[in-house]
Amino acid sequence: MKTNPNNPTLLIAGGRVIDPASRLDQELDVLLRDGRVAELVAPGTLKAHARETYNAKGCIVAPGFVDLHVHLREPGQSHKETIATGTAAAAAGGFTAVCAMPNTSPVNDSPEITRWMQAPERYALVRLFPIAAATVGSQGEKLTDFAALMKAGAVAVSDDGKPILDDKLMRDALRAGAQLNLPVVQHAEDSRLTAGCSMNQGPTSFRLGLRGMPNAAESDIVRRDIALAHADKAHIHVAHISTAEAMDAVRQAKKVGIRATAEVTPHHFTLIDENIGEFDTHYKMNPPLRSAADRDAMIAGIADGTIDAIATDHAPHAFHEKQVEFERAAFGIIGLETALPIALTVLHRHFKLPLWRIVELLSSNPARIFSLEGLGTLSPRAHADVTIFDPAKKWTYDASQSKSKSRNTPYDGWSFTGRVVATIVAGKIVYQG
Amino acid sequence: MKPRLRCLLGTDQLTVTEIDALLTLARRMDPNRPPQLLRGKRVVLLFYEPSTRTRTSFEFAAKALGAATTLITATSSSIEKGESLIDTGWTVTSLGADAIVMRHPNSGAPYLLSRYIPVPVINAGDGLHQHPSQALLDALTITNHKKRLKGLRVVIVGDVFHSRVARSNAILLSKFGAEVIFCGPPDLVPDVSATIAPGVVACHDLDAALQGADVVMSLRIQKERLAGKQISLEDYIAKFQVTPQRMKLARPSAIVMHPGPIVRGLELANEVADGPQSCMHEQVANGVKTRMAILATVLKAAQ
Repeated sequence: MKTNPNNPTLLIAGGRVIDPASRLDQELDVLLRDGRVAELVAPGTLKAHARETYNAKGCIVAPGFVDLHVHLREPGQSHKETIATGTAAAAAGGFTAVCAMPNTSPVNDSPEITRWMQAPERYALVRLFPIAAATVGSQGEKLTDFAALMKAGAVAVSDDGKPILDDKLMRDALRAGAQLNLPVVQHAEDSRLTAGCSMNQGPTSFRLGLRGMPNAAESDIVRRDIALAHADKAHIHVAHISTAEAMDAVRQAKKVGIRATAEVTPHHFTLIDENIGEFDTHYKMNPPLRSAADRDAMIAGIADGTIDAIATDHAPHAFHEKQVEFERAAFGIIGLETALPIALTVLHRHFKLPLWRIVELLSSNPARIFSLEGLGTLSPRAHADVTIFDPAKKWTYDASQSKSKSRNTPYDGWSFTGRVVATIVAGKIVYQG
Repeated sequence: MKPRLRCLLGTDQLTVTEIDALLTLARRMDPNRPPQLLRGKRVVLLFYEPSTRTRTSFEFAAKALGAATTLITATSSSIEKGESLIDTGWTVTSLGADAIVMRHPNSGAPYLLSRYIPVPVINAGDGLHQHPSQALLDALTITNHKKRLKGLRVVIVGDVFHSRVARSNAILLSKFGAEVIFCGPPDLVPDVSATIAPGVVACHDLDAALQGADVVMSLRIQKERLAGKQISLEDYIAKFQVTPQRMKLARPSAIVMHPGPIVRGLELANEVADGPQSCMHEQVANGVKTRMAILATVLKAAQ
């Protein structure tokens, strides 16, 4: 086999390969060639010559991570983030592919914008898969042209941030999605119950004098969506699940074979509403941080398989959009660089979740949910997207060093165990820690 | 040495010792023969929301102590042009303010400001959250009649959910071991309100709540806030208006308080509002003394 001079071979040597999709967890050398995985061999036994070798001793070699939920803010809000800066943060966090939500300005509801986002001039450092709007302008009135959007590269549809409340419209979206095998992603929030709310409803919201979002605003929509998906054999993907009730609904749906999948963010399995303290807007996001019982339900859902993927909901905002009165502050935090460290520190170290399960939640599962061909596995001929991390590395996150354009994170100064050491996309090292 | 009281943001941040010290100082304050403790100081009154008694009493308090004051309101300043709170705070600080007294419709706004600017911030009411100077002047009023707060039965009746006065008072009174009963219809007194501090209960029956009460604190009912609720105005008056008949259930020595402004004929019967048990005028007068003590304490600490 001839070697492409622009894409030299790279040998990842001495690491522990965890590839849930091919049920592998053992020390192997991985040879990447021509942007693909060429072969996996016992350590030190490679006969062929590799132009470059990466020493992964003591590290986990995993399929490149896939983030199903990011906001890259282009087009239109490049003061918060650009596709270039957002994907640089993704690379630093070990993500080799990110799925970008359509709540840009203008909203990504057309093949033109979908293609524009994927153009080489955007300088994406990792793979970018647009999620297109499910309705025109995300106005919740008329469905977009799913087939044309899919042809332009969209991997799912969603009106993220503007949930589809109308029953018939949601049914139509799920039906149209089912025809194309396209997941419909719902930000489940009955916004009629959450108007004017800036956090979770409970003792903390009462104490702080802030209006609170009830759990039912999420779980009612999740239950309705599952019922609709069931009727039409469609695929509903529940974005950033946050309540115990919604988790139960997804758990029951899976038991009876409904195509319902769910993602959870690191903050929803780590933090709770009380962490807002004295109105710290770095703890303001939507869905909001919930009660300790809900946080525990997220951990339980991760442990029992109800949760399919960890997604960051990376939501960059400028200083002047966050450092304002709590009720006026933008919702959301950045999260690409801290997702793996939190998963390793909280789920692996504290809750003893095995490493293969964390790799599955970050790579093979999300790639499968959105049908991303050749991603999320290290089996031969798969794309040469690899995340190498040191699960024992102790370090402290310094938000001022973030590759993101924004700094809105509650984790500044947090100490973690576990860190990405190299991120490889299509056989090229795009980040090295 | 204990850190000195630098800002006054909420009653939750105050220790019993700090509250006692403020009340002791307030009792000594005489607005007619004031000590010129703050001569040459500049106090900015930053009011993003309308206010009569709080603004005026802070202004009188500052002037009585010899400080200069200036009033900035949202509609007559750069705030209307879209200046952010932090930028306004820096502007006021750069102009030479020694302290900022702030009223704001958003819960937590003074906390944000205090994190970014170096001068003391005094919370004069933030959203639904806190109104600490009101709770302190209420404590002064109660202790003028009751000697001690411990063991008192204090009924706070009305729209607790929307009341920063209720929150500040419940937290302060709880620190001293008083029993606090929030009373009103479930929409305005949700069960979660009882979680605000130890010894606080939520009750939906005013007659039961008033049994043996030492203090009856009535809150304003804003008609527009009953809109869309389960309870009608007529129903509210029938079930929760503090009337002379109902006051017979409380101790004979019970006092009646109201932070103002009263909506006449709604939360309080006129006979109670203007009756011998009412301490409303005393509360307003105590407001000036309490705010003198607050300004003196905070500005002394800032030196």
